[in-house]
Amino acid sequence: MLIIADLTSHYGRVRALSGITLSVNEGETVALIGANGAGKSTLLRAISGVQEVSGGKMSFQGTDIRTKAPQERVGLGIVQVPEGRQVFASLSVEDNLRLGAYRRRGPSVAADIVRMMELFPVLHARRHQAAGHLSGGQQQMLALARALMAHPRLLLLDEPSMGLSPALVWAVYQAIADLKRQGTTILLVEQNAHAALSLADRGYVIETGAVVLTGTGAELLKDDRVRAAYLGL
Amino acid sequence: MSSAFLQYLFSGLTIGSIYALAGLGFSIIYNASRVINFAQGEFIMIGAMATVSLTGLGLPLLAAAPLAVAATVLVGVAVAKFAITPARGASPVTLIIITIGISVFLRGAAQALWGKGFHVLPPFSGDAPFVVLGAVLLPQSLWVLGTTLVVIAGLGWFFGRTLHGKAMLATSCNPLAAQLVGIRVSGVVLGAFGLAALLGAVGGIVMAPITFTSADAGIMLGLKGFSAAVLGGLGNGAGAVLGGLIVGMAEAMSAGYLSSSYKEATAFAIILFVLLFMPQGLLGRAGTERV
Repeated sequence: MLIIADLTSHYGRVRALSGITLSVNEGETVALIGANGAGKSTLLRAISGVQEVSGGKMSFQGTDIRTKAPQERVGLGIVQVPEGRQVFASLSVEDNLRLGAYRRRGPSVAADIVRMMELFPVLHARRHQAAGHLSGGQQQMLALARALMAHPRLLLLDEPSMGLSPALVWAVYQAIADLKRQGTTILLVEQNAHAALSLADRGYVIETGAVVLTGTGAELLKDDRVRAAYLGL
Repeated sequence: MSSAFLQYLFSGLTIGSIYALAGLGFSIIYNASRVINFAQGEFIMIGAMATVSLTGLGLPLLAAAPLAVAATVLVGVAVAKFAITPARGASPVTLIIITIGISVFLRGAAQALWGKGFHVLPPFSGDAPFVVLGAVLLPQSLWVLGTTLVVIAGLGWFFGRTLHGKAMLATSCNPLAAQLVGIRVSGVVLGAFGLAALLGAVGGIVMAPITFTSADAGIMLGLKGFSAAVLGGLGNGAGAVLGGLIVGMAEAMSAGYLSSSYKEATAFAIILFVLLFMPQGLLGRAGTERV
């Protein structure tokens, strides 16, 4: 579904991605594991088109997407829940959801908003409040729901558990596991390697902008290097 | 209430309405792009001058005014497309200098097209004044106030009820997230310039029968609008309206009670005071919704 080959990207003169090659198949959940600054978020930003790439190939369902604008990629079904949630803080919860479906038209949008509020009841209770007034966990739910409003074919999740209490991490991962069961294709970036690899079909380990290790989630959980570097075992 | 005070109040409210519309233009563009657009005054001038020249060609006001507004909106969008968008990523100071360049260019083009003289538009519904408690109220003042109220209500509807308006708010709130939900941010910038041009043109047209207009009328009006936006808190819609009314009122009162030669200085005294002592403006932080 998503095929990335030799992708490079720079922040000014600093190289952030130095030749990433990976793929995500339809229906799969793939985890990207790596330390802070390894290039995980940069890769997701590049896939969404909000980070410039300097070389390599990137295709989605057979279409070359490297030159496509961010909004065109959303139209194709590549939707990201960015790091730090990035809700529209001054807009209401309901408006955040409505804007999630910005590329879609028609009456089904209103029905989807209702569905999201059933899925995340806390959003229903606070639908008229400014999103900035929600707690961190509620904002994460909102960010996820906003992305689902776009009907993603490929959902990019950047550190969905960051800054959340263990109970909330569990709740967020429940929600992701539900999406996986429904067949959504997911590319998940995490520093919380254990949670991510337990959920994922496959995983990639990224160091200094390149893939250093790949395997199924279970294989990586057992790998000595992964255990030492990312699981603290 | 003395009739003199009432008189100053009327003229303050009238001119303040135009400053409010200009201030809203500044805030809308600032929110969408973080650009302070010093060509806002030229939008006001183009709206007024185009109406004058179209009615001069024999068109009725009812046709000339919408055409002039449309032409100004086109100018606004063209400014964004050909001067602002290509410089995306430049520093705020660079962008501000670009807008100053645009204002000089538009002023020069207007002089070439319409000459340097003053022009006046006949009042929309006669000039027989109403006398209210001894003060004179021109029918045109009512046009100005009424139009301003309609425009503000329209903006409230646009930002509160339409998807495009919400997309504009979302972009000003979080440009990255806006891109990630599929909003074309460069389109929002074009829309903001178009909308600001519309506000300017409408204000310029309803004001032209009262103040006269000329190719360089935009300089002062733009600076007063900027004062209004900064006083209210740059980027805050309600603040821009409040700021515009305060600047207009202060101007009218100082002209009335001090001397009309201090009139122009009032707005700049206010802006200096705001920048020195309360740079966030009156409503800069309090408001959660930034128009």
